[in-house]
Amino acid sequence: MKSNQISLTFSSIPENVSLARLLIASVGGQLDLSLNDIEELKVAVSEAVSNAIIHGYQNVPNNIVYLDLDITNNLLTIVVKDEGCGISNVEQAMQPAYSTDPERMGLGFVFMQSFMDELQVKSALEEGTIVTMKKHFKQTPISSH
Amino acid sequence: MNLEKKIERLTLLLRLDGELDMHTASTLRHAIDSEIEKRGIRTVILNLQGVQFVDSSGLGVILGRYKKLLPLGGKLKITNVPPHIYKIMELSGLPKIISFYVDEAHAYEEGRGA
Repeated sequence: MKSNQISLTFSSIPENVSLARLLIASVGGQLDLSLNDIEELKVAVSEAVSNAIIHGYQNVPNNIVYLDLDITNNLLTIVVKDEGCGISNVEQAMQPAYSTDPERMGLGFVFMQSFMDELQVKSALEEGTIVTMKKHFKQTPISSH
Repeated sequence: MNLEKKIERLTLLLRLDGELDMHTASTLRHAIDSEIEKRGIRTVILNLQGVQFVDSSGLGVILGRYKKLLPLGGKLKITNVPPHIYKIMELSGLPKIISFYVDEAHAYEEGRGA
């Protein structure tokens, strides 16, 4: 069984959202994914990381966001974790157009759900939120040299 | 993200280049809001030709400008959307609310002389 694990930890600042996208785009490029799939992965990761910064940490910059990638067999698992304020009602937060901010569309979870095969959100108040997203792909991604 | 700005009477044209996410969204918000407040801009045309990425933060700022212009009797128009960006916008329902045009000329034309 071939597998690959990559972790990135970074400060909860808006500049780092593009860094997280860069990582998933690069990993996606190694897998048998279409350019469209990679675009969708970038959006899903962008949403999860933005949520961690905006909602989890309430835009307070000196916190840490964890991004863990796991590729095992034909499954890519993306975990985005924050140790922020948590979500009081996960089910409500995942509804389309639900947003605590009028400038935002409340589409973060909708995009994550649309673009990934599986989405799981675990959250505890004052402890943080863990977003787990899974995507299946066709072929064995890791070269054997 | 880079912004190229052109102002003609009460119309602001912005050509966007780069990625539109939570980081760059605030730049775009400020660029538009300051012109609405300073110069009384009423029509904003966003040319998205050079946009490589958009997420819900980017879409939120676009929708927010639309909502800001509406009670002022203003308009927000979008032109030159790359196909992969349009797909994301379509999923968000934005094209049902905001007018899209193939290019800047069409966006300028519509509503002129009305």
